[in-house]
Amino acid sequence: MEEIRLIDIKEEILSDNRGLADQLREKLSKENVFFINIMGSPGAGKTSLILKTIEALTHRYRIAVIEADIDSMVDSEKIAALGIHAVQIHTGGFCHVDASMVEKAVESLPFGDLELLILENVGNLVCPAETDTGAFKNVAILSVPEGDDKPLKYPLIFTVCDALVVNKLDYMDLTDFDLDRMRKRTRALNERIQVFPLSCKTSHGTENWIRWLEQEISNFQNKPLLEPG
Amino acid sequence: MHELVVTKSIHQLVLRHAQKADAKRVLTVTLEIGALSDLQTEWLQRYFDRLSRNTVSEGAILNITRVPAVFLCKQCCQTFEISSLLDGDLTCQQCHSSEVSLVSGKEYHVINMEVL
Repeated sequence: MEEIRLIDIKEEILSDNRGLADQLREKLSKENVFFINIMGSPGAGKTSLILKTIEALTHRYRIAVIEADIDSMVDSEKIAALGIHAVQIHTGGFCHVDASMVEKAVESLPFGDLELLILENVGNLVCPAETDTGAFKNVAILSVPEGDDKPLKYPLIFTVCDALVVNKLDYMDLTDFDLDRMRKRTRALNERIQVFPLSCKTSHGTENWIRWLEQEISNFQNKPLLEPG
Repeated sequence: MHELVVTKSIHQLVLRHAQKADAKRVLTVTLEIGALSDLQTEWLQRYFDRLSRNTVSEGAILNITRVPAVFLCKQCCQTFEISSLLDGDLTCQQCHSSEVSLVSGKEYHVINMEVL
């Protein structure tokens, strides 16, 4: 009779991806490219936020965008129309972007002539939260019509983000969205999260988001140390 | 779909450790998964069964320990468990303060496995 052995493992699930993501951060640190990952539901305003960000920062930083979609080019065409380098990833049914997909996408980027890399993740609040993309900072975008109970329904994504953009403030009067309640729910899950209520449509509040991003880029450029994603 | 990617990662990790231990068969795999994750046991096992066919881990049972979502109240310093976040607001059960912070519930680990 063979003996049953118990093997201690205590290893993080998705540790292979984490390892790849760490390598990617190391590479981007060396190239001095600040990389952010933008996550949110379909229709929350990820592309609109990226377009607003490009508009505000294109005179200051050399920017490139990785657009991930299950199967379309619509968003990357909007970015490319602004003269910004856009790489399209087709995840082919995959519901999120992982570090290996980003690694492949960055191969075509003009390193040496790039300071800010923005990833638009697949529209989804579940899977992207579990998967490290190699980004230095993670941003979630939630829009007012989606409701203030999203932190209760999809808590994980709020725990992994450094910033939360609350978009479509211009819809506020049409809903019972309570910004204060949403903030409390979010902060309970993640104390360090920065919340930016804004409207990409009217530009109201976008300056606070831009100021935060500029500060993060500046911190990164002055001290390009590896940080966990 | 959601569980499939995670299960692939679990399976690769299991095979790596089985090879290292020179195991002939994997009997059980114990996972620790926090309450903030919505991974379904049934789907994890179903995908695992599929992925593990013709490998040393074929037939292994996944034992899943769910770690509850525990919060610490910063006002009264009590910790409290929330079984379902959807039941209400994230406020302290003792003093009802909303100044609370998450202590556990994000776990995502393979803890151990039994092998022959």
